[in-house]
Amino acid sequence: MFHFSIVLNCVDKFLHVYFTDSCVLFIDFFLVGIFILVFYAVLALVLIYLERKICAFFQCRLGPMRVGPFGIFQPVADMIKILLKEVIKINGVDVFLFRLAIYLVIIASMCTFGAIPFDRGLHVIDFNMGVFYFLSISSIGVVGILLAGWASNNKYTIIGAMRSGAQLISYELSCGLSLMIIVILSGSLKLSVIVEQQFYVWNIFRGGIPTIIAFIVYLISGHAETNRGPFDLPEAESELTAGYHTEYSGIQFGFFYLAEYLNMFIVAAIASTLFLGGWMPLHIIGWDLFNEIMDHIPPIIWLFSKIFVCIFLALWVRWTMPRLRIDQLLKLEWKILMPISLVNILFMFFWMMYL
Amino acid sequence: MGIDNIYIRNIKNEDFKDNEYIEECLKELIANDTNVVLTKLNTLINWGRSNSVWPLTFATSCCAIEFMCLGAARYDFARFGWEITRNSPRQADVVFCCGTIVYKMAPVLKRLYNQMADPKYVMAFGNCAISGGPFKNSYNVVLGVDKIIPVDVYIPGCPPCPNAMIYGMMQLARKIKMQNFFKLSK
Amino acid sequence: MKIIEELLMQFSLSVSKITDKIYTVSISKEKLRQTVVFLKNNEKLLFDFLVDIIGVDYEDSFGVIYNLSSTQFPAYTVLVKTHTNDRKNPHFDSIFDLWQSAGLYEREIHDFFGIKFINNVDMRRLFLRQDWCGYPFRKDYDPSLEVNHIPFSNEKLTDMEKINDGDSIFEKNDFVVNFGPQHPSTHGVLHLRIVLDGEIIKKIDPNFGYIHRGIEKMCETYTYQQLLHLTERLDYLSGSINRHGMCLVVEKGLGLEVPDRASYVRIIIDELTRIASHLLGWGCMAMDMGSITAFIYGMRDRENIMSIFEETCGARLMANYNVIGGIINDIHPNFQRKIKRFIPYMRKMLKEHHFLFTNNPIANGRMKNVGYLSKEQAISLGATGPTGRASGWSNDVRKIDPYSAYKYVDFKEILRTDGLTFDRYIVRLDEIEESLKIIEQLIDNIPSGAYVTKTKTIIKLPEGEFYQRVEGARGEFSIFICSRGDKYPYRVKFRSPCIPLVNALKSIAIGTKIADLVMLGGSLDYVVPCIDR
Repeated sequence: MFHFSIVLNCVDKFLHVYFTDSCVLFIDFFLVGIFILVFYAVLALVLIYLERKICAFFQCRLGPMRVGPFGIFQPVADMIKILLKEVIKINGVDVFLFRLAIYLVIIASMCTFGAIPFDRGLHVIDFNMGVFYFLSISSIGVVGILLAGWASNNKYTIIGAMRSGAQLISYELSCGLSLMIIVILSGSLKLSVIVEQQFYVWNIFRGGIPTIIAFIVYLISGHAETNRGPFDLPEAESELTAGYHTEYSGIQFGFFYLAEYLNMFIVAAIASTLFLGGWMPLHIIGWDLFNEIMDHIPPIIWLFSKIFVCIFLALWVRWTMPRLRIDQLLKLEWKILMPISLVNILFMFFWMMYL
Repeated sequence: MGIDNIYIRNIKNEDFKDNEYIEECLKELIANDTNVVLTKLNTLINWGRSNSVWPLTFATSCCAIEFMCLGAARYDFARFGWEITRNSPRQADVVFCCGTIVYKMAPVLKRLYNQMADPKYVMAFGNCAISGGPFKNSYNVVLGVDKIIPVDVYIPGCPPCPNAMIYGMMQLARKIKMQNFFKLSK
Repeated sequence: MKIIEELLMQFSLSVSKITDKIYTVSISKEKLRQTVVFLKNNEKLLFDFLVDIIGVDYEDSFGVIYNLSSTQFPAYTVLVKTHTNDRKNPHFDSIFDLWQSAGLYEREIHDFFGIKFINNVDMRRLFLRQDWCGYPFRKDYDPSLEVNHIPFSNEKLTDMEKINDGDSIFEKNDFVVNFGPQHPSTHGVLHLRIVLDGEIIKKIDPNFGYIHRGIEKMCETYTYQQLLHLTERLDYLSGSINRHGMCLVVEKGLGLEVPDRASYVRIIIDELTRIASHLLGWGCMAMDMGSITAFIYGMRDRENIMSIFEETCGARLMANYNVIGGIINDIHPNFQRKIKRFIPYMRKMLKEHHFLFTNNPIANGRMKNVGYLSKEQAISLGATGPTGRASGWSNDVRKIDPYSAYKYVDFKEILRTDGLTFDRYIVRLDEIEESLKIIEQLIDNIPSGAYVTKTKTIIKLPEGEFYQRVEGARGEFSIFICSRGDKYPYRVKFRSPCIPLVNALKSIAIGTKIADLVMLGGSLDYVVPCIDR
């Protein structure tokens, strides 16, 4: 199979011919940064369009259909509008924290992008503790949300922020514990290794029952971490008007809006990388011809189709379920998901030992 | 550039009535534009703005129900990209003023309008919001929202049916397309 | 009924009858409290449901009429009338400690007439701003803009919370959050001020009047035909039912016979309105709980009813269909066919709603064990309609005092005993089923003949008082008309079924969470313009 690092190395060598080492490093960083930013923005537009169309599908509506063919330019129009909206200066807010909050939220989701392996060798950085990196960097987002709620000097936002703090910190536990199952299974934290190991069987099938449980727990708690679906308490449109970002306007709100969708993408990406084989095509031991055909589909399509299946699931849940109450939400985590995850780790241990 | 060039998909220009106001906007636009690049940019910006108008969920009485119908399955204003109703005025573009405004509510509406980010628009839904409607004789009713805040589009009816609302929305889109974005803030 | 009459005679000197089920008792102001306590606590009579308190300005004096109904004999109504000649400083004894609903009614009368109720500590204005000049329902009120102009600034929150002795209703350290007037789930422009302890609600102070249009006062300047459309705009979701009630009371006053065809069609339209209203209520409650899809499904089914209305009545929401003497025009040829197609569709969809939402584990968990309203409390609050029936209080006017063609149809009054949020929810969905049954019985049997009785151009009700109640989608809607023989009514009073519901919210939401408050609001399904009138 094609290894993407060849291309990247080529670019690197090409640059080395003309520039000095430090200069090349700088240019590399610059290119990667631009690439991630553009990818981030385009992806957000696609996700917004998808969400609106899928939501419309569940609700027997048509969804956006008049801006461009099938309404595909709808998010572009939204983007133009939101970029040009006035950003209101609000009296009584803690200006520094108010602005900082947006960057924290957006940085948290953007940094996670760097570690996702999109193809063989196509990742910004391949940490040897990638899973750990995912978990730690994505939890910066909650600080942003807390700051946003606190700095806005508004009673609704503070309630939203506190809800969000309680929710994200709780659900991170079972999220992390279910990813631990995969770490036990593959014996590595490095994402490229974890993906390579899934050449014949995806992790979700390789680990048997414990990984299936872990996958379900991860989907639920990951979904909760994106503040969507039945877990959208921090925003809770019908309760807290717009939750923690009530006071944000224009592009500042746009950032929260983007981060919300991208977080959904990231959770799905982690789920598909760790459980569903990442960019690895579907291979079945013994069926060589089948495997060969599957290999002809580019890995990036495999990854994205897996991610979009996960996203579709998330949207399905989002548009079907009513919202949980705060005590039910915490009960679900601390009394159900968390014990299940803990027992599951033990179960995994025995599974690995004796089966 | 003439009034015929305002393109609303699938709706013919002849179908729109009462174009005087739009023509005035157009004259202003033509009088102001000198720079070709700015004009093109303005067209692009207005294309974006007119296709993505997020309403504030503000409703006082009966017209609100028809507004809900507009959002629901049969009429579905999501087709035009208007369906992201924001509950926070900071993030909304247009107030759909559905229903009677009484004296006690008037300052609240005014504050809501002031809380919105520019560029912002107001649509007066129904007779009550236009001129007091059936409650004209009341001691407590503001006879028209335009007594408090500037109104862009008036949609008559008691309550106006969702089709009329869609027509009003399209008129607002036409208005937005005819504005000079770079002069708006001044 | 003899027993009621005898007991009333025993107690008071002047008992008269409006119809055979409505008695009026005139008493002096001093004996008021005594009489009301007797009526409420008498075991044989048990007039323990305070329907409404009506204030009237008789030009030389102020009158207050207590409208009591019995849970023992629900078809009977007693109007206890009293008056004071003191126009400078009118006051009456308060009965706010006898009924939970009385406090708000007394505040309303204070707001409109400037009548004080002694002992009631909370005498803030209910609908108008605290800084409003004058009392609009007095006959000598000056409505000119110089007296009260459009205010430039919001009402001061400190003014809103000051009660009689100058204290605030909130403690100093309370964390008070404003819910509304512009809030996505207050169902309009209700303003709730809630005291929070973390997520838990400690106290609620509802603040009305953001859509107070003064409909009752406006009615006094319109002829009977003209004021019909105002009744429809009270509770716009059961608009046709309200209008039906208004027509009934005028027809009763005139002694007008309504053709059978008209009363059949009226009922079909009423029941369709009820279904539409319950569907919207169901959808809004689901939306308050965060399930927007359910809301859209509810609206989708409602559109079918709207298209039937559009064809027959010519309008979607405000049907303007009932007129005095019958209906405004004959039914559309497609009317019966469309309804017959609608009934099986709705039944199928009801099953789907139950499958999708009622059986949803999250929805179930949210609705169960929250918002208990006991039967006694419901009666004391006067929370009629589906809310009262969910608590086990049989109060369906269609059953206890059948009007129009309801005596010909066979249907079940949905009663549940638990009084929880889930029961209120289920009662609504079951009532849709019952309404379908009623329509099914009538749709094939609409008698032929005239659809309207000719009336005079100028309708003058004879001097006296007229009273009619109908079952709105949210509870008992009643109309009281005091006429002096003019072509204009002297005083019109509508009993809003929604005020008690907000009052109920005030007591059942204490101790629950914010999310529950929103859901309880949805389950009580009040309509704010109906409260504010």
